[in-house]
Amino acid sequence: MRARLLIQRGAPGEAPREEEFALEFEPGESVLDGLRRLRVEQDATLAFRYACLNANACKECMMLLDGRVIYACTARLEAREMRLAPLGNKALLRDLATEIAPPDERLG
Amino acid sequence: MYAAIEAARHGAGRVLLLDRSLIGRGGATVMAQMTVAASVGPGDTPGFHLADTLAAGRGLCDEALSALLCEEGRDCILEMDAWKVGWARAGNGFAQVQAPGHDRPRCVYVDFLNTGPAVSRTLRAQVQRVGDAIRRVGELAVTDLVVQGGEVTGAVALDVARGGVVTIAAGATIIATGGLTRLYARNSASANMSGDGYALALRAGARLMDMEFVQFFPIGHLAPRLVGMDPIMWDPFRYKLGGRLLNAAGEEFTERWGGGVEAGGYTVTRDLATYAITKEVEAGRGSPHGGAWLSFSHLPAATLRAAFGPVIDKLAANGIDLTRDAVEVSPIAHYHMGGVRVDTRMRTGVPRLLAAGEAVGGANGANRLSGNAITEAFAFGRVAGREAARIAAAGAPRGFDAGSATALLSSSGPARNTAALVARLQAVMARDVGPFRTASGLARAASVLAELRAELGEAPPGAPGAAHDLARLDWLDLR
Ligand SMILES: Cc1cc2nc3c(=O)[nH]c(=O)nc-3n(C[C@H](O)[C@H](O)[C@H](O)COP(=O)(O)OP(=O)(O)OC[C@H]3O[C@@H](n4cnc5c(N)ncnc54)[C@H](O)[C@@H]3O)c2cc1C
Ligand code: FES
Repeated sequence: MRARLLIQRGAPGEAPREEEFALEFEPGESVLDGLRRLRVEQDATLAFRYACLNANACKECMMLLDGRVIYACTARLEAREMRLAPLGNKALLRDLATEIAPPDERLG
Repeated sequence: MYAAIEAARHGAGRVLLLDRSLIGRGGATVMAQMTVAASVGPGDTPGFHLADTLAAGRGLCDEALSALLCEEGRDCILEMDAWKVGWARAGNGFAQVQAPGHDRPRCVYVDFLNTGPAVSRTLRAQVQRVGDAIRRVGELAVTDLVVQGGEVTGAVALDVARGGVVTIAAGATIIATGGLTRLYARNSASANMSGDGYALALRAGARLMDMEFVQFFPIGHLAPRLVGMDPIMWDPFRYKLGGRLLNAAGEEFTERWGGGVEAGGYTVTRDLATYAITKEVEAGRGSPHGGAWLSFSHLPAATLRAAFGPVIDKLAANGIDLTRDAVEVSPIAHYHMGGVRVDTRMRTGVPRLLAAGEAVGGANGANRLSGNAITEAFAFGRVAGREAARIAAAGAPRGFDAGSATALLSSSGPARNTAALVARLQAVMARDVGPFRTASGLARAASVLAELRAELGEAPPGAPGAAHDLARLDWLDLR
């Protein structure tokens, strides 16, 4: 099966651009599985957050899928166009990664 | 977090708690779903726990560290209880399950599969209660320790969120970076468990021990694909319900390989079960994806639900009904028994440098007893915190000069796909440096590592200063 991922990219202050990636997948794979494989197979510079991969324990992998907040590690890849964007209510770091650390645990 | 709390309790007024990820969410602790071993039951003693730990370790434990784990660990479990972690209760005491290798029910837990999150939350609350003495800063990946005049005087870190370089002067430094199982293709690790602490310790002049003792968790989930479930999830199922480990012909097989008969129980230790599954697959009797079947289909639906309530619904959402379906499991890299060599005060031998938790080697010998790892993290963290406070109070280092340690983080190298290099490393580690190793396999792995080393070059790819730059972070991990 093949998903078409439309991924919003860019750093703060840049005009966000959407890049399209085609990704073969097996049923049952998560969006995070797909993003990690994209880095290995196509573009290692893609930025997104995650730590625990499967346990759904770190809660780092939140992003928008078709405008709705998801955990990338629990949302499944589907054989369709899937639009991924960073959380809208958090400061952007880069691409899909946003500033989600509690304010008193940041540097500065 | 335990180390930071203890250091502050022992008078350290400026404790810095750093993590390359979010505080308390980046490592193995928050992912632990299962149980924590401590002799808190009626009639149990640290001595009985120690005897089981030494037996499981196959005679290769550092016995003084094992004893510390069992004694100090017991106190920590009780302290965590006082801090309201919520260990499950039965009657007047703790609910305790009997994990393989323990002579009695000794493992406390927080329902349902909630041990790690509860532990993290509790420690975090205590860290916050301490107040200003502990400063928490996440998203700082320590890349080098600073060594001056033979002592560790601080560290250099990458500010992952912003891409900057940070230097930290410290009177005492504790490496509590967890294990290295991310080095393997199939693992239960988070993204932050690549063995950073071992590299930091080694470069600073500390000694490592037992690095070949990686624990493979025998029944890591293999198929069908599940989302939102950790691959070690079947362990708690087996604790509570036993279950049956079967080959392609539907036979129980652990006895054939020296593991004893399980007969619906859960008694074979991790090393022997890993051996049995690997051998059964080699003999051509594995499951379709190259593992073993794990079945709970002999149990009534009501029993499954009583034991795992909401988890049964999560499985249903993945299309799995355990009264009907068996799942496939196989060994995955799970824990590292080896690590930094320390004494019973967590001193590494390099002045001002301590280590704690899974980063420490020796307490579990060649095979860790289930439930001992969280106990170890608590106990060694507490001891290291105390010692760090003592060292810092005894006097600050003469000065701090990060010197050339920052140069690497400011350098720019050619673009390269470091994610693909990580994948190659994981593949070669899985193939040739797994639970069963041969001289020729290790030689082949060494030559692949040399190739990867050469491809890596001398500087991280791209320019410094980019926010959340995973390509550079992968490069630093690979280094
Ligand atoms: C999925 C899973 C389930 C488990 N279940 C159990 C269980 O039920 N019972 C049990 O006893 N044990 C269990 N274990 C083992 C146990 O969880 C770990 O051994 C233990 O939590 C380790 O604690 P720690 O504090 O040493 O390391 P961790 O909890 O792994 O923390 C290490 C921290 O260091 C940070 N770090 C790493 N490198 C750097 C760096 N360079 N700079 C800054 N920060 C860094 C990481 O981000 C991480 O937050 C499990 C392990 C896993 C993976
Ligand atoms: S990666 Fe940890 S919750 Fe999704």
